Amino acid sequence: MKIGYYPGCSLTGTAKEYDKSVRKTAEVLGIELIEIDDWNCCGATSAHITSHRLALSLSARNLLLASKQGLKEILAPCAACYSRLSLSAEELIKKPDAKKEIEELLGEEILEIPKIINLVQLYQRVGAEKMIEKKGTGNAKLKTACYYGCLLVRPSGLNSFDDSEEPQSMEKIVTICGAEPIDWNYKTECCGAAHSIARKDIVVDLSHKILTDAKTRKADIVITACPMCHTNLDMRQKDIKKKFDKHEKIPVLYLSEFVGLSMGLTKEELGIDLHFVPFESKTV
Amino acid sequence: MITEEIIRNTSQNPNICYQCGKCSAGCPIRNYMDDSPNKIIRYIQLGLYEKALNSDTIWLCAGCLTCSTRCPKEFDLAKFMDALREIALKEGIKVKEKNLLKFHKAFLNQIKKHGRAYELGLVREYKLATGDMMSDVDVAPAMFMKGKIGILPHNIKDRKGMKDIFEKTEVKIK
Repeated sequence: MKIGYYPGCSLTGTAKEYDKSVRKTAEVLGIELIEIDDWNCCGATSAHITSHRLALSLSARNLLLASKQGLKEILAPCAACYSRLSLSAEELIKKPDAKKEIEELLGEEILEIPKIINLVQLYQRVGAEKMIEKKGTGNAKLKTACYYGCLLVRPSGLNSFDDSEEPQSMEKIVTICGAEPIDWNYKTECCGAAHSIARKDIVVDLSHKILTDAKTRKADIVITACPMCHTNLDMRQKDIKKKFDKHEKIPVLYLSEFVGLSMGLTKEELGIDLHFVPFESKTV
Repeated sequence: MITEEIIRNTSQNPNICYQCGKCSAGCPIRNYMDDSPNKIIRYIQLGLYEKALNSDTIWLCAGCLTCSTRCPKEFDLAKFMDALREIALKEGIKVKEKNLLKFHKAFLNQIKKHGRAYELGLVREYKLATGDMMSDVDVAPAMFMKGKIGILPHNIKDRKGMKDIFEKTEVKIK
């Protein structure tokens, strides 16, 4: 199986272990990832909150490049990129005038707008079930808090692959991997996202609430499919500890790292050694 | 006039809101805001544009889309906030949350120059703009050691095309 690949900026830097583990698990699952040639940043939060046309054009350029490469479907593992690219694709499809205007700006027509999928959808699609069974499990019985954050399941109309208030798709994958998903209240609560640098205080408070709920319900780990969430929940635990003395550290893994462990891949192969809060597998 | 601009830019009418307050009840950032999110819609309904545009609420909104997902009238409040921020910038309104704006400006400047995010350039520009030299100095060395912040930018090939897009669509942040 071949699929287009949009890593996005985080996966080339702050979330390089996400890129590493996505590529590694895809390889094991027999999926060939074809990177969009010369892709650009989707504009993230900063573009859409300052100029709608800028945000739409930045995403549209990526859709144009993918279309020229003949890619009908694109995997965007970053939840924010997935959201920006999907919303832009939807707008270009629904508003022919907007599409025409953006095409004039880019100097080319987008012949076929590709479909954007996230990592959960990819694992569902390829029947990760069979592949994981074959390889055995590396993280059996871990109590796991599946954290969706905001942009994987919202808005509800767009991301119809799962429920926006009580999603269950990651829990299903976790169960297949032999671990035990916990029932908790903060799976779709915001971590503070792009406020991480300019309003760190907000991110520290919100991330603390999320991790505390996971801890209270006896989770061993939290898993996520968003680089922004990962940075806030993993790297910011030092700041959380400074403000909230009682905070107990909890490892945060990317979904791909978690799935990779179940396939028998090592922590180093998946980049788990790059996290701030160390993870010790129970079953090694 | 502003209401018309919002309707045009977001394809939705703020007057459909009946002020149930569900958006504010679920907003994760509400405690940090001057005005609750539903109050911002109310200001616009009443034509109190300056109040809405001067509120720090529109800048503190993190775009998490909880409000947009839960609204019983299916009013996309997150999109409405985007439109208000864009108008506030065009009107040259003084933003209370200065550092947030400086962050977004520094972030977009990297994209304009390189086509992709460049963490070191972003941090440098943000710190120079805010004078906030000390925050996160404790995590920076670890980020370098782990290879999570590169020394050099990731330049795309078509940087001229990128500059073109910005010149035609960017809303200048003062």
